[in-house]
Amino acid sequence: MGNKNKWGNLYLVLVFAVLYAPILYLMYYSFNSAGNMHEFEGFTWQWYGEVFQDTRLMIILINTLVIALLSSAIATIIGIIGALAIDRIQRRRLKDAVLSLNNVLIVSPDVIIGASFLILFTIVGIKLGFASVLISHIAFSIPITVLMILPRLQEMSPTLVDAARDLGASQRDVLARVILPFIKQGIFAGFFMAFTYSLDDFAVTFFVTGNGYSTLSVEIYSRARQGVALSINALSTLIFLFTTALVVGYYMINRRAQTRTRRSEPAAEMGVPR
Amino acid sequence: MQANTRAIYMLPYYVWIVLFVVAPVVLVAYYSFFDVDGNLTLQNYRTFFTPVYMQMTLSSFWYAFLVTLFSLLIAYPAAYLLTRTKHRQLWILLIILPTWINLLLKTYAFIGIFGTYGPVNALLGAIGIGEQQLLFNAFSFVFVSVYIFVPFMILPIYNALEELNPTLISAARDLGASGWTTFRRVIFPLTLSGVKSGCMAVFIPSLSLFMITRLIAGNKVITLGTAIEQHFLVTQDWGMGSTVAVVLIIAMAVLMLLTGGFGQEVRHGK
Repeated sequence: MGNKNKWGNLYLVLVFAVLYAPILYLMYYSFNSAGNMHEFEGFTWQWYGEVFQDTRLMIILINTLVIALLSSAIATIIGIIGALAIDRIQRRRLKDAVLSLNNVLIVSPDVIIGASFLILFTIVGIKLGFASVLISHIAFSIPITVLMILPRLQEMSPTLVDAARDLGASQRDVLARVILPFIKQGIFAGFFMAFTYSLDDFAVTFFVTGNGYSTLSVEIYSRARQGVALSINALSTLIFLFTTALVVGYYMINRRAQTRTRRSEPAAEMGVPR
Repeated sequence: MQANTRAIYMLPYYVWIVLFVVAPVVLVAYYSFFDVDGNLTLQNYRTFFTPVYMQMTLSSFWYAFLVTLFSLLIAYPAAYLLTRTKHRQLWILLIILPTWINLLLKTYAFIGIFGTYGPVNALLGAIGIGEQQLLFNAFSFVFVSVYIFVPFMILPIYNALEELNPTLISAARDLGASGWTTFRRVIFPLTLSGVKSGCMAVFIPSLSLFMITRLIAGNKVITLGTAIEQHFLVTQDWGMGSTVAVVLIIAMAVLMLLTGGFGQEVRHGK
C-alpha cells in the first residue's frame, strides 16, 4: 500500500514538473545575458529594461488592458441581463433552448468565432481595429458571465423577492437592493472570467484586428514567429507574476466569501478558461 | 400581465444572441456558397471533396484524436491521484494556474526547449541517442498540444471523481471485486460524464488550433483551423474558408450529439 502511494506521488510530481517546466524555463532565460534560450552566460536585467523602454510594447499593453477592462465590464452588465432573462423563462424547453444558444460561443472553436465575426464586421461596415476587437471581446465574454451568474440567481428563493414587493419595494429597488446584492459573488466571478478571457484571447483578435491595432497576444505571436527574443521571456515572467497574483487574489476573496456560505469548489467555481 | 414592460430590459441580451450567435453561423454558411469572384456556386464544396482537402481533414481528425487520447491517458491517473491528496484545493489550483498563462507564451517556450541546442536535445545527446530534429514535425505538435490541454482534461474528470460516492467503491471491494474490476465496472462508468466533457474540451480545439501548427509544427501539420486561417487571412478566399468552417461546425454538432448534450458539461459545473 505504501509502495503504491509512492508511485502515485512520483507520478503527480512528474505531472506538475512537466506542467511548470516550460514556464520556469522561460523565466530562467529571461535573465540570460547571452541573449539565447540554451546557454546561460550570466545574470542580467537587460531584457526587462528593454521591455519597459519599448514604447510600442507599452502602448500595446495599455490597449490590451483597456480592452480587457471595458469588454469585461460591458459583458458583465449584459450577462446580468441575460441571466435575469433566462431565469424568468418558465417553460423548460424554451429555457434549455436559450441556454444552448448562450453556450454556442463557449464551445465554438476560436477560429470560427474569429472568421465569422470578420465577415460580420465587413458586412456591417465596422472598421477593423479598436472597435471590432472590443465588440468581439464583449461578444465572446457574455456567455461565461451568464453561466457564472445564473446559478446564484437560481439559488435565490423567490420568496425574497415576494417579501420585498409586499413591503412596497419598487421594481428598481427589488433589483438594486435584493437581487443584485444576492448574486454579487456570481457577478464578480463573471467579471473575472471575462477579464481573463479577454486577456488570454489570441485567435479571435487575430482575425478582427486589421492593421495598426494590436493586443499583447497578437504581438507575442508575430514576435515569436521571428524566433527567440529574450524580451518575450522577460515579458512572460511579468505576465506570469501578474496572473498568479490575480488568481491567488481572486481565490482568497472567493474563499473568504465562501467560508461564510458554503464549502468551496475551486475547479467548478472558476470554470475552465479556454 | 406586466411581463411585456419588463421584457424591454432583456433586449440587449437577445440582440446579442441574434447578432453574435445566430448571424455569424448563418453568414458563414452563406459565404460558403460563393467563390472568390462573388459568384453563387457549389464549387467550394466540390473542391472540399477532392483528395487534397479530404486528406487534410482526415489528418486533422487523426491528430485531434491522438491529442485527446494522450491527454486522457495522462489526465485520468493524475485526476484520480489528486482526489487522494491532502491539500486537494491547493493542488487543483496549481493545475488551473498554468491554464491562465497565455497559450502563446507556453508554445513559445517549446521553441527553446525543443530547439537544436535546447535541454531536451542536450539530454538526448548525453544518453547517447544523439541530437534529433524535434521542432517542426508532428511529434512536437502532438506534444505541445497535449501539454496545453491536459489541465482541461484533468478538471472535469477530477470533478466527476469528487462527486463519486466513496461507499460505492467500498461496496465493490467488499463484494470481492479486484482493484482493476472496481475501476472498470464502478469508477470509470460513473465518471464517464467527466471523461466526455474533458474529451470535448480537448478534441474540438485541437481540430482548430492554428497558432501551434504555425509556431511549432512548421507547416508539417495542417489542421482545419490552419486551413481556415490561411483562406481568410492569407489567400483571402473567404468562400473556401467558410466551407471548411461549415465542415468544422457540422463535425462539432455531430460530436455534441454523440456525446449527448450541448453545454451539459458547463451546467454540470453547478
